[in-house]
Order: sequence, then structure tokens, then C-alpha cells
Amino acid sequence: MLKYILHRIALLIPTLVGITICAFAFVRLLPGDPILAMAGEHGVAPARYEELKEQFGYNLPIWQQYARYVGEVATGDFGVSISSKRPVMEEFKILFPATMELSFFAMIFAMVLGIPAGIFAAVKRGSWFDQSLMGTALVGYSMPIFWWGLLLIIFFSGYLGWTPVSGRIGLQFFFKPITGFMTIDTLLYGKWDAFRSALSHLVLPAIVLGTIPLAVIARQTRSAMLEVLGEDYVRTARAKGLSPSRVVGLHALRNALIPVVTTIGLQIGTLLAGAILTETIFAWPGIGKWMVDSIFKRDYVVVQSGLLLIALIVMAVNLIVDVLYAVINPRIRAA
Amino acid sequence: MKKKLAFAAALLAASVLGGMANAKTLVYCSEASPANFDPGTTTGGNDFDASSRTVYSRLVEFKHGGTEVEPGLADKWEISDDGLVYTFHLHPGVKFQTTDFFKPTRDLNADDVVFSFDRQFNKANPWNGDKYLPNLTWDYYTGMDMPKYVAKWEKVDDLTVKLTLTEPNAPMLANLGMDFASIVSKEYADQLEKSGKMADFSTKPIGTGPFQFVDYQLDSVIRYAANPDYFKGKEKIDDLVFAITPDATARIQKVLAGECDIAPYPNPADIGTIKANQDVTLMDQAGLNIGYMSYNTTIPPLDKPEVRHALNQAIDRESLIKSLFQDAGATPAENLIPPTMWSWNKDVKSDAYDPEAAKKVLAAAGLTEIQLWASDRVRPYNPNFQRAAELIQADWAKVGVKAEIVNYEWTKYRSEGKKKDRPGAFQIGWTGDNGDPDNFFATLFACSAIGVSNYSSWCDKDFEDLIQKAKKTSDQAERTKLYEQAQVVFQKQAPAFLLAHSQVYAVVRKNVSGFMMDPLGIHRFDGVDKAE
Repeated sequence: MLKYILHRIALLIPTLVGITICAFAFVRLLPGDPILAMAGEHGVAPARYEELKEQFGYNLPIWQQYARYVGEVATGDFGVSISSKRPVMEEFKILFPATMELSFFAMIFAMVLGIPAGIFAAVKRGSWFDQSLMGTALVGYSMPIFWWGLLLIIFFSGYLGWTPVSGRIGLQFFFKPITGFMTIDTLLYGKWDAFRSALSHLVLPAIVLGTIPLAVIARQTRSAMLEVLGEDYVRTARAKGLSPSRVVGLHALRNALIPVVTTIGLQIGTLLAGAILTETIFAWPGIGKWMVDSIFKRDYVVVQSGLLLIALIVMAVNLIVDVLYAVINPRIRAA
Repeated sequence: MKKKLAFAAALLAASVLGGMANAKTLVYCSEASPANFDPGTTTGGNDFDASSRTVYSRLVEFKHGGTEVEPGLADKWEISDDGLVYTFHLHPGVKFQTTDFFKPTRDLNADDVVFSFDRQFNKANPWNGDKYLPNLTWDYYTGMDMPKYVAKWEKVDDLTVKLTLTEPNAPMLANLGMDFASIVSKEYADQLEKSGKMADFSTKPIGTGPFQFVDYQLDSVIRYAANPDYFKGKEKIDDLVFAITPDATARIQKVLAGECDIAPYPNPADIGTIKANQDVTLMDQAGLNIGYMSYNTTIPPLDKPEVRHALNQAIDRESLIKSLFQDAGATPAENLIPPTMWSWNKDVKSDAYDPEAAKKVLAAAGLTEIQLWASDRVRPYNPNFQRAAELIQADWAKVGVKAEIVNYEWTKYRSEGKKKDRPGAFQIGWTGDNGDPDNFFATLFACSAIGVSNYSSWCDKDFEDLIQKAKKTSDQAERTKLYEQAQVVFQKQAPAFLLAHSQVYAVVRKNVSGFMMDPLGIHRFDGVDKAE
């Protein structure tokens, strides 16, 4: 087992190097540069521009800039934001819990609805429920997040007034963050009304962010379930005279869930990508919004280090999923 | 015992509730997170709303809702006859804010003023460089040409400061009302330097302004409290909150839902909905901006004024503006400066739509092809460069000129566009900094701005003489005359097609009073009140 884990970690090294190159190249391939973006409408006199380029080190050959970046990252130095002048790591630590919290609730939403819906569709295969569920899932999967988010805001917050429009918590609540997770912090402070406010602020963004994973999970559960339902042991269980709910709920579900668990693990990438739009619409102070702002400002340092940090997290989650999978399924370990 | 506890709890609840009922909180849904809270180091309007206009004050201020300069921290000032020496007399007894991170021991004095500017150009000042924050560029200080004009700042006595210029420069006074000229506390800076926490200067600001900084939750909420020691008197609202809401639709929904009291920059498409709503008021004002299209006046046949006039005449400007700005509306531009600015010449009219006349001139000049530049960015003075380019292209096609649309990303667009030999017509615009006409005329069309922000590469002797003379004259009536003449020359020479001055909007809840639209595009909360 240890050998398997070490092997998986070793495989991550080339990926990591690739990511540093991609992150570094991506922001530089975009037209425009940070000095001009900073100067705003005024523009910069050519002499001053050269001076600033030197000050920022952008006059160095590109490979030297890359070497410097990798050298810094290797020592745990993720640099300082060009626009806010704050250490990238410091900003990341503040913003990441917000994204985590939102992703967590989005995932809960997706699983709580997606798994039962998938099971039911598989059991009632070919029924109108199955048909319409799979149709809806396809729609959900292709839903443009931006449009979907605004639609929900206008209907639920604007027209019905059921949910707050945006933000993380009611503005009347004001306390120093402990963990950075609003739902946990409010409980630690023992403020129930603040906790309720935090939850109500989570509803719409979690639905929006969870829509695509919900569709994926529902479809995955359905197909895994269908496969399992055709297995011999399920037929045997039925033949033994077990009630249909026992057959499905106990014998089939446990086996069908294995690929679903993997799918859920892999959705972390989808969630982080979706967070970029969701956070921007809902004014959610997380890393997605942070990345978008930084790209617009051509803040090379934040973009390249932020992408790297996000990639590290995705890789770590995938590693954990791989390991868990090996724990569940010994056949994988040998491969 | 039980009774006592219950009583204590009731008392506590009453005091908490009472506290909530008494505190007047104004919530502003701002459009973006501030880069930091040191206005010398930032350039965005949202940065300034969050720092200089709330926390800080300046020697002189712009009149609320206008562009005229009025006393600020300086009660009065004298300008020497040669226009080189400015002497400012500071308001006595101005206190810097007392917060949980700084307790001032003295009032504002000349040292603070000298320090506020010295740090922005003096390389020997520890606050000028990396020791304070990495990669400081002091964009506005250099952008407004301060290094060129300022010879020195001197303390005469505690309440008198002297500024000496290298040459007369009338817009200087307006420059000192700008955000970068905010006065910071030297005492606070010294304390932070001693404790090795210099970066805090940009995250925990201390000023003399109407509101003091309380807390900032990154990318989410900024909190301020009314400054009890404000030298112009404590504000009527107790707490000011910025709820950062980048999406325009969400921002408007928040005002409509009562989650915030004021929100800037609605989408043009939402203007109709807002107007129909009973709970909010839509405020608007002609912005201190201009959208225009620069012809490169050095490349034939665009070097001939009649050709440039003909291209202008070929454009159906009215339809163009309607199609671009839709419900939001815009004022067709007659001059480079907007009508809200002093010295605007009411007798000057821009070229009328006359495709027949244009066709003849263009045919005679042999102009059949032209480059027409467009970018991807939404600007206050032009919401859609690409759409504008397509409409102008269609208009020009009718007079026999085939326009090829050239596209670039915004920063690249400007760096390519300002090159001296850039061909064709280049769409651009400007939002004023300080309400001084020089900030439009000289910044955009002075000979020295060629290669920087003079996208027409236009250097006209008459125009240049007028604007340079106006720059060196302190008397505003005389300056007005000079600028009026400059506008006549500009219209005759037509170095650019003038599009429009756009409207600037804010949505305000009905129970808010005292909020004013500001031609400088800033959002100020001093003097604002809210009925419960």
C-alpha cells in the first residue's frame, strides 16, 4: 500500500512542473501587461515604462523570470500581489475557506438530490420519471452558470424576497473570523441568528454551483445502478424473496456507489471552475473571484501562484480519492 | 438569583437592541474591492471611494457635486504673482482619527503635508520604495506630471506650508484636490516604521476625513464609523458599510431588496426597471468624460482637415449614440470638454451629418480605405467599441470609404494605438481627473503628449500656444477665454471625431438624502443622511 502511495506521489512531480509552466505561460500569453493595466487611462510615458519594467523584473529574459519564479515557489514564497502589494499566500488563506465552504454546500446539495434521483431513475428505467430526469440532468449539465445565477437572484431574492441577493452573511453581523468558515464561526461565537443568516446566504450560490455536479452525479448513479441491477447477485437476492427496497437499498446501492464516490471526488475540479462565475455573481469573497480580478488586472504574480495553489489542491484531492479507491478496491493496488 | 439573571439578560438585550436602533448605518454596494487604502499608491475609482473620499482629506477639496476648488485642510492660500509659490494656511486643531490601532498625540501640522508629498517622489524617503510596499509606482503623482512641476515643499511653521513650482502651472491647485494628494499622518507613519509594520499603512488607514476605518474583510465588506473629531463636524450617519458586489445586476437587486442603500453603475438594460420602482431613485449626471475617435493627422490624406471633417460628416452621430447608449443616454459632444466644465464654448458646434458633402470631398481626396480601431473593453464613454466600429463602418461605406476594423485587447490596443505611425481612426476616450480643462486639452492633444495619450499625433501651433498660455495663467477668467479659443481651433482642425459625454448613474433608496452625483466620478458619503 505504501509503495502504491509513493508511486502516486512520484507521478505528481511531472504534473507539478507542467502546471508551473502552464500557469507562468498562461498569464504572459494574454495580450496586455500589468504595467499598462495599472497605469489606467493615463498611459505611461515610454521612458517610465522601461523603468517600471526593470523595477518589476519584466525586462529579464523569459527563462530567467521562470527560473526565479520556480526558485521562489520551491522555497514556499508565492510572491506579492502586484496590485494590492500583499503576499499572495496571505490573501489565499483568507479567501480559500469561503470557496471551500461554498463548494462543500454545493456538493451536499448535489449529492442529497443527485443520488436518490439516480437510483429512482434506474429502478424505474424507461418511465416518464427516468426520461424527464435524464432530460433535466442534461439541461443542468449544460446550464450557463452566469445566466442561471442571475435568474435565481431575480426570482427568489428580487421577486419573492425569500433569500438574500448576495454576500456571505447579513451586514449587521460583524466578528473576527476564527476558521474562516462562516457557518462554523457563527456557531463558535454562539450566534444562532448569524448562523441562520450565513445559511440563507449559502442557499442560492450553493444551488448554482451544485447544479452541474448534481447532473453528473444523477447520471452516474443511474448508470452505475443499472449495471449493478443486472448482476447475478441482485437476481439471486431477488430470487431469495427479499423486498425490492432491500435489494436496491442494501445489495445494489453499496456496489453502485463505488464509481459514484470517484465521480464526486473528481467534481472538485468542476466546483473550482464553477466557483469563478458563481463567486463573481454572488459577491462571494473566495478564490474564484480573486482569480478573475487578478486576470483583469494582469496581476501576473497572483494568477501564476493562485493557479498553482488551486492545482495543488485539486491534485491533493485526486490523490486522496485514488488512495481511498485503492482501499475500497484491492484490485487497483496491483495495477 | 434567577430573577437577577433574568433582569441582567433583559438589560443586556435592551442595550443591544437599543444600540442597533440608534446606530444609523448606510450601506453602499461598491463595484470592486479596493487594491489597498493608501490613495497615493492606487489608481482606480473604487480604490479612491474606499480610501481618499472616506478616510482622508486634502489641502483643497472639490465642491460637493462640482469641479470648483474650495478650501479643505487649508483654510486659505496665496499664489505669488509669478505663479511659482503657493502658500497654504492650515486649519488649526485638525485631529487625525483615533482608532484601536492608532492614538494621535498631536494635531495635523505642516510636517504631515510635506510628508504626504515627499513620500511620493523622494527616493531617500523610506516610504517611497520597497521598504514600505514592493513595486510602488506612484502612478498618479507621475501621471499628473508632479515631478516636473514641483520644485519643493517646505514647512514655514506648524500651520503654514509653502509649495514652490519650477514653472507656472495653473491646474496645480486642482491637482491638490485629487485623491493622490490626500494628507496622511506622519506620526502614524513614524510609529509603524519604528514597530516594523510599515505595510499596515496601506491596510489600516488613518486620515482626517469624515469616516474612520474599522475593518476590511477581503473582497467582501469594508466598515467605517463616523469620525467623531471630523473638523467639519461629525457626520449624520454613524456607520458606513461597503458591501462589495461586482455584478451590476446583483447590485441593483440588492438596492431594490433594501440590502444596500446606494449602488453605482447599473446596467443600461436595467434603467427601465429602476425608473419604474417606487422605492428607489435613479440619479444621473453628464459624466466628466468624452468618447472620441482620433485620426492620425500625420498620414495623408488624413493630414488634411477637410478630409477629417468629411469623415465626421459621413457619420450619423445621432443614430450611433442611440444605438450605443440605448436607455442610458448620452450628450452628443460639441467640444472635447463636457458642458459641465468651466470654459465650455457654447458657440462651437461639431460637424453636422451630411453624407453628400462628405462623399465629394473624400472622392476628391482619393480616400477609399481606412483602418478603424476597436477594443473589447466597456468604457464609461463608450460601452461598445466594436458595435460603434461596425456602425461607423456602415456609414463610411455609404460615402465610398471601406473601413477595415482592427481589434486588440485593451492594454495592447492602447499601446499600439498611441504609436506615432499608427494609421487610420482610433476609438478612445477620457474621464477627467480634476475638473480642470487642462486635464482634457493638454493631456489629450498637447504636442508633448504625442506617443503617450495624443492618439491623433496632432501638434497644432495655434492650439498649443493657447493651451500652454492658459496653463501658465492663474486668473480663471483669462484662462476661460483662452480655452474657448482653443475649442474654436479644435473644431476647425478636427483632429478627432467627437462622439459623446455619457451619463453616469447611481441608484439610491428613497429614504437616503444628501447623496450627490459627482462629475469627477467619485462617490462621497459626507453629508449623506438616512431616514429610518
